[in-house]
Amino acid sequence: MQRGNDKEVVIRAGGSAADYWRDIWTYRELFAFLAWRDILVRYKQTVLGVLWCVLKPVLTMVVFTVIFGKLARLPSDGVPYPVLVFAALLPWQFFSGALTECSVSLINNANLLTKVYFPRLIIPASSVAATLVDFLISFVIMLGLMLYYGINPGWRLLLLPLFVGLAFFASLGAGLLFAALNVRYRDFRHIVPFVTQFGLFISPVGFSSDVVPQGWRLLYSLNPMVAAIDGFRWSLTGNGMSLYLPGLYLSVAATVFLFALGIWYFRHAESSFADEI
Amino acid sequence: MKALLSVEGLGKKYILRHQKKAQYATLRDTISDKFRRFVSPGRDQGHPGREEFWALKDVSLQVHAGDRIGVIGRNGAGKSTLLKILSRITKPTEGVARIRGRVSSLLEVGTGFHPELTGRENIFLNGSILGMSRSEIRSKFDEIVAFAEIEKFLDTPVKRYSSGMYVRLAFSVAAHLEPDVLIVDEVLAVGDAQFQKKCLGKMEEASRQEGRTVLLVSHNMAAIEALCTSALFLRKGQTQMLGPAPDVIREYMNDMNVAASTEVSQRTDRGGRGMLLLKEIATLDTVGTNAYSVGDPVRLGLLVQNRYPHPVSARFCVTLRNNADVGLIACDSFMMGEVLRLEGSSDTAVTCNILSPPLNYGEYFLNVTIMIDDQVEDWVGSALRITVESGAFHDHIRLGSFPILTRFEWKLTEN
Repeated sequence: MQRGNDKEVVIRAGGSAADYWRDIWTYRELFAFLAWRDILVRYKQTVLGVLWCVLKPVLTMVVFTVIFGKLARLPSDGVPYPVLVFAALLPWQFFSGALTECSVSLINNANLLTKVYFPRLIIPASSVAATLVDFLISFVIMLGLMLYYGINPGWRLLLLPLFVGLAFFASLGAGLLFAALNVRYRDFRHIVPFVTQFGLFISPVGFSSDVVPQGWRLLYSLNPMVAAIDGFRWSLTGNGMSLYLPGLYLSVAATVFLFALGIWYFRHAESSFADEI
Repeated sequence: MKALLSVEGLGKKYILRHQKKAQYATLRDTISDKFRRFVSPGRDQGHPGREEFWALKDVSLQVHAGDRIGVIGRNGAGKSTLLKILSRITKPTEGVARIRGRVSSLLEVGTGFHPELTGRENIFLNGSILGMSRSEIRSKFDEIVAFAEIEKFLDTPVKRYSSGMYVRLAFSVAAHLEPDVLIVDEVLAVGDAQFQKKCLGKMEEASRQEGRTVLLVSHNMAAIEALCTSALFLRKGQTQMLGPAPDVIREYMNDMNVAASTEVSQRTDRGGRGMLLLKEIATLDTVGTNAYSVGDPVRLGLLVQNRYPHPVSARFCVTLRNNADVGLIACDSFMMGEVLRLEGSSDTAVTCNILSPPLNYGEYFLNVTIMIDDQVEDWVGSALRITVESGAFHDHIRLGSFPILTRFEWKLTEN
């Protein structure tokens, strides 16, 4: 990209890690272009277009409010049930969307993988970044809901970016792992939808995580999305909720582990992508 | 002067898995395989389904600024593997390549084009994929559009483009790259001749004036001779010859002739599993000369050895190629829905009749492939050379210079 005329590229078996991360910086524009392409393409030739990223969370919210709030009468700590659900749907739908897109990103871009060079990490990372746009649109609805119910979260809102980061790294970590596995084992095409469907019910999306018995709470926090969801609720729904700190730390640790594992496996598998895809 | 591109002892090894179906591994296979190995570790040695294959071996090369190098060789000689390694798409198994300066590789025209995006959007996307910066694309945008002659369709999704427009746009983006080293693989084979010439001209001009280095793979010897200063002839992954382009091209042509005049039974440069073997091949009507007149039917006699103890159903394919190794005609028994039954542990004579070969005068080389289902049993490149001499082709009074002849007529349209 840049005219680094004096830079010498050395091609050999192995190769150094420092060069790799420098290359990612060099190819940052390609990262932006790929994310931009994914966003442009996603809603081309659809009638409702961007309205789809409004409809999906809103309909899910209605169904969950009716089932968990009205029929099962689960507690909501004084927060209106739709708000409770929607605050959790934000990170969850981001996670499941990003994971789905990310895990097939390498296969869908097989033609790029076999025809041009760039650090492969750019492909899955840009697909996660593209999902952030859907997230931002849903976030506007969340603000509307909060206005409607008169909820003012105060200073806690300032900590929201931390939890967005948590959801981002959890989805990127899992996404990288699945994307790389998918290149060699196409089984993961079938595993990912299962993970996102299953995860919706084992994560505290339709209910508050206070519903989980105290003794199981720590174990429950091993799911990295638990901290992200609890954090979203905590920073968006104002007082009445408290953070379960040991669980938060454990979830953060699980996220860091997942992310490190994803990067490690991806880097490990990367050199043979072009030969195997 | 220090070399811009220096390659030392480059090699790439692939592990071939002889499997009938699975295109890619599935988790189940891997798990059951690991399990089997765990249960009986000794049995796995000399796995019959795995074979090492060196696609490229010990290739060295020094390229200086302004050099234009053509890479030639038969299919499977390792040309594309070399380009893939130099473009950093795949890693070498051994050896080192050092490149100074900016490299762009063009292994395909229109890599990353998205059919749903408009021409304008695709110029930016494709440019970025090929390594241009956004400001660079913006500054050349008008030039790219004018070169491709698609001004009117800039905001139309490329899926609505005609294939000609699509290729023109893709070429145009590629032609405006300004790397120090440009790596090109056979992309000149598509697009209309007029536009190809325009692109070649642009590349050559850039190379002459700005000292750009070009590495070009092509089967088109004329293009190599016109564009390249020197050439690299690869054979079975190894360097056969490196030197001035005309000399190397001559050597390559000679090599095809030598292969064709070696008795098939003496040939060792074969492919496939080898349980069926081509022992002899000859023309039936013109023994000794292998010369035909234009339009004459060609009858081939093949003698095939079946080393399996049982009878098999085999598929035969003969391809006719011109002296630049471009395939022109495939006579594949599969295309006619025919399989030939060969008795076990014996030799069988097989005939191939090419009833009306539409070939103009010239020299042609025959590749023979024998398969069982999709498994290649034997492959012999340039197993036979035939010469087609000038003669009468139906109602033609002249033959022209194009390789394929067909019957046609010209007349005024009647109303």
